[in-house]
Amino acid sequence: MSAFRVADHGLVDRARPLRFRFDGRDFTGFAGDTVASALLAAGVRIFGRSFKYHRPRGVWGGWNDDPNAIVDIRAGGAVFPNCQATTTLLAEDMEVRAVNAWPTAVRDVKSLLDLGSRFLPAGFYYKTFIWPDWHLFEPSIRRMAGLGVLSDEVADDFNATLIHEDCEVLVVGGGAAGLTAARAAAEAGRSVLLVEDHAALGGGLLGRKAPIEGLAPGDWIAAQQDAIIAAGGRVLTRTTAAGVYDHRAVTLVEECGIGRAPIVRRVRPERLVLASGAIGRPVTFVNNDRPGVMSLEGAGELLARYGVLAGKRMAVLSNRPDARELAQGLEEAGAEVRVFDAVGARAEAMGRRQVQALRVNGESYDCDTVLASAGLTPTIHLWRHAGGKLDWDEARQAFVPGRGPGWMRVVGAANGTYDLGTAMGEARAAALGQPAPERGSYALPKLRPDSTLKGRQWLDFQHDVTVKDVALAVQENMVSVEHLKRYTTLGMAGDQGKTSNMPALATMAELRGKPVAEVGTTTFRPPFTPIPLEAYCGARKGTQMAPLKRLALEPEHRRLDAALGEYGGWLRPAWYGGSDQEPAVARECAMARGAAAIMDGSALGTIEVVGPDARAFVNFVYYNTMSTLKPGRIRYGFMLSEAGLVFDDGVMACVSDNRFIISCSSSHADAVMAHLENWRQDSFDPSRVHVLDTTQNWSTVTIAGPKAAEIVAELGVLDEMGDFPHMSLKFGRFEGAEARVARVSFTGDASYEVSVRNDIAPALWRRALELGRAHGAGPVGAEALTVLRAEKGYILVGKDTDGETMPHDLGFAAPRLKKSAAFVGDRSLHCENANRTNRKQLVGLQVPEGAGMLPIGAHIVALKDGKRVSLGYVTSSHQSPTLGRPVALALLAGGSDKMSQEVDIWHLGEMRRAQVVSPCAFDMEGERINA
Amino acid sequence: MQRFPCPFCGPRDEREFHYAGEAGKLRPDTTQPISDADWAEYLFNARNPCGETREIWVHIPCQEYFVMQRNTATMDVGSATSVRKDLA
Repeated sequence: MSAFRVADHGLVDRARPLRFRFDGRDFTGFAGDTVASALLAAGVRIFGRSFKYHRPRGVWGGWNDDPNAIVDIRAGGAVFPNCQATTTLLAEDMEVRAVNAWPTAVRDVKSLLDLGSRFLPAGFYYKTFIWPDWHLFEPSIRRMAGLGVLSDEVADDFNATLIHEDCEVLVVGGGAAGLTAARAAAEAGRSVLLVEDHAALGGGLLGRKAPIEGLAPGDWIAAQQDAIIAAGGRVLTRTTAAGVYDHRAVTLVEECGIGRAPIVRRVRPERLVLASGAIGRPVTFVNNDRPGVMSLEGAGELLARYGVLAGKRMAVLSNRPDARELAQGLEEAGAEVRVFDAVGARAEAMGRRQVQALRVNGESYDCDTVLASAGLTPTIHLWRHAGGKLDWDEARQAFVPGRGPGWMRVVGAANGTYDLGTAMGEARAAALGQPAPERGSYALPKLRPDSTLKGRQWLDFQHDVTVKDVALAVQENMVSVEHLKRYTTLGMAGDQGKTSNMPALATMAELRGKPVAEVGTTTFRPPFTPIPLEAYCGARKGTQMAPLKRLALEPEHRRLDAALGEYGGWLRPAWYGGSDQEPAVARECAMARGAAAIMDGSALGTIEVVGPDARAFVNFVYYNTMSTLKPGRIRYGFMLSEAGLVFDDGVMACVSDNRFIISCSSSHADAVMAHLENWRQDSFDPSRVHVLDTTQNWSTVTIAGPKAAEIVAELGVLDEMGDFPHMSLKFGRFEGAEARVARVSFTGDASYEVSVRNDIAPALWRRALELGRAHGAGPVGAEALTVLRAEKGYILVGKDTDGETMPHDLGFAAPRLKKSAAFVGDRSLHCENANRTNRKQLVGLQVPEGAGMLPIGAHIVALKDGKRVSLGYVTSSHQSPTLGRPVALALLAGGSDKMSQEVDIWHLGEMRRAQVVSPCAFDMEGERINA
Repeated sequence: MQRFPCPFCGPRDEREFHYAGEAGKLRPDTTQPISDADWAEYLFNARNPCGETREIWVHIPCQEYFVMQRNTATMDVGSATSVRKDLA
């Protein structure tokens, strides 16, 4: 048995020792220990260094109120930074490392910083590192500050399980009040869920010896748990109610041990009984941050839960009327204890690295531990999350729940009711929806920090905020607590002010000569304890968040050794034949221009608009006049946002007067669908026009090139090709099923899109390839298509357009001037901004003979008043195998007036030249497309 | 996480909904002259009141657009009616 471990106390399993390391040294603890309790049992006092001054820090609190003992833990091949040593359960083979300390917590080289601390008051950095620029200093300052270190060793599959939970009554806290409330509600027939963040139920009862309702405390706790379960209730331990959100949503986070992601439950209880207890409040005295100064309540918890005595010779410094009673338990466990009244005491902790004595009013008492308590602070965080108000209770010297949401009741110590019998009565009443019983009086002597004392008195242990810092803030008129917090960083440490808030408010009240109630509190925000971000997303990341859309023809592409890539959410063939990209794309481009490209066009969005008002609808949602489109004909057009900006482009086919088929960008189909649905329900009679996304119902094989017409004719889908001009639509059959053939082009060559049902698409694809082979045609992927369309100056919305582009910037000015019917975005095309002549317009850029490709994103620049300004930028840039030179598209201010001019192009310090040309670099007369 | 009532599907989590605009904002007849100021008022200016509001929301899974009454200060949610019924 180690020096500080006491027999017959605690819930740890002494038959199961666990080996672990701390700062390179070997230690042994027991199953049920936390990292902190195991180290304290072994006599470790210094756990780490503070954030700013690198002062030695020991354990202050017994549970999640501890601001000091922050450690990095390596377990199972991964590093978990910034773990609370007081709440992290010990596991075999853990490697624990103190944070913000090098080489170890005991000997930290940066502790010299503390010697200069009077030159580093609150706001020091803001005031000092202004000239010439804070950003020059920031990196080194940031390196000096901070706690845990991120590691490359991250845990794989650290995915929280997310569960939607259901209950009528949620009880938060498994102490006497929580157990009583849960049992009463369960036995009254309500579905009850009780959550407790410790591994064991019982709360403060664990340190009690006197019987409750005739039972020993341990037996009473077990009896309540059995009764709750027998009545159909449920109990979850290691589970923290981390936050209350809108509409009664409560997040419960269940710890599953180091290295394993938590289980996150969301529940909307009809009622919540908050029995979250209270935490010990630090006493503000000189050098109260020394390792060895601990929370009196925390020391009690250490003994009760882990059988660990905080020290051998202790001083208790407290204003609590029951301090002597609390000290007695520690005495019985073997400690030597002397109690000092904190009221009016001029106290100072002596000792350099850790406490060696406590000096009170000039008298020195040798001790290794000072147990301090300025009373209890009710844990009312969830009450505040839910919008509950707080009232200052002068007798209790605490904020207690005031007005608040009717669905939540606060009971027991969380309500400032510290008497066991009354707390249980309160809990029972809350569970049954009855009015709270009267409670007896309670008086805690008022304790205020003495700001006249020499020496530093610490308020926020982790962030190194002292009484003097608060005084400085007040002197500089930071009198709002929210300003105080941000100026001094008080309460912004990992514990979010659980310990520091009340002493700071008391200091502020004292300095300003105002009651604490007038000073007020800062906002309480969820989460109550630090929660890993993974807990919120769970498995909703990567493809679980945004599943890839898969093509019906994907097995066909794989058979052809396609390089598959993600394009706008679709997994599509980038190129074929398994070789490198560049030669493959060049070969496919040559094939497309020389014979024909056979492509999978299924990813293109296909939306049908049907109904008697379909024609009026499409005319309204398109920039272009669609009302005159005849059955069997196809028209290219833009959809705009109401601000007149290009939202999507594509072709639309008219099947009949009440059926239209819209093709939209493949990555944009969902957004287009939502846009159309919005206007349909807002401005049309939804019973007379319907919009259907049929993208996934069809597969499309696109055949484009000089030999395309011959291949399509041989396919036999159409009885005869007949008169089939560019931008028209025909229906045929393939394997007995309907087939649609649309003659539209995105390559600049004659091009046919053949669409059939998914199940017969592989047969169509194979037939097309087989017939195509005789003509020198073959499969072509998305990369080559991007080059082919860029040669023609065909845009990709979102790539060649930006958040300012209007259709007339792309050379489509006619509807703006001529279309008389109303359409989405119409009026915006005539505002001052739309009429500017220096709008960014689509142009082509041609580099000098022999020059290489322009980088995408390179800026076209000019000198203005001696300064280089951007006139626009390169949006697409490709090496054209057809032309044997680079082609590029750009958005350029006033571009249409700059044709044939030379421009300067700047990219990452390098200057290039190019000539402004038409966006279309290939077959400018369009002879091939109509061939 | 708020809970909103879709008139078609019933109460669902907030994340299934998108905000679509303030209710009662009528699109001007763009075949008639409209001043820049009037158009800007329609396009950009929102009252964004603190308290009771009427807003249009859409329930993404079923694509129902509806008018929802809610209080932006208390987060209380009142009635929800389909846009089409509201216009009729």
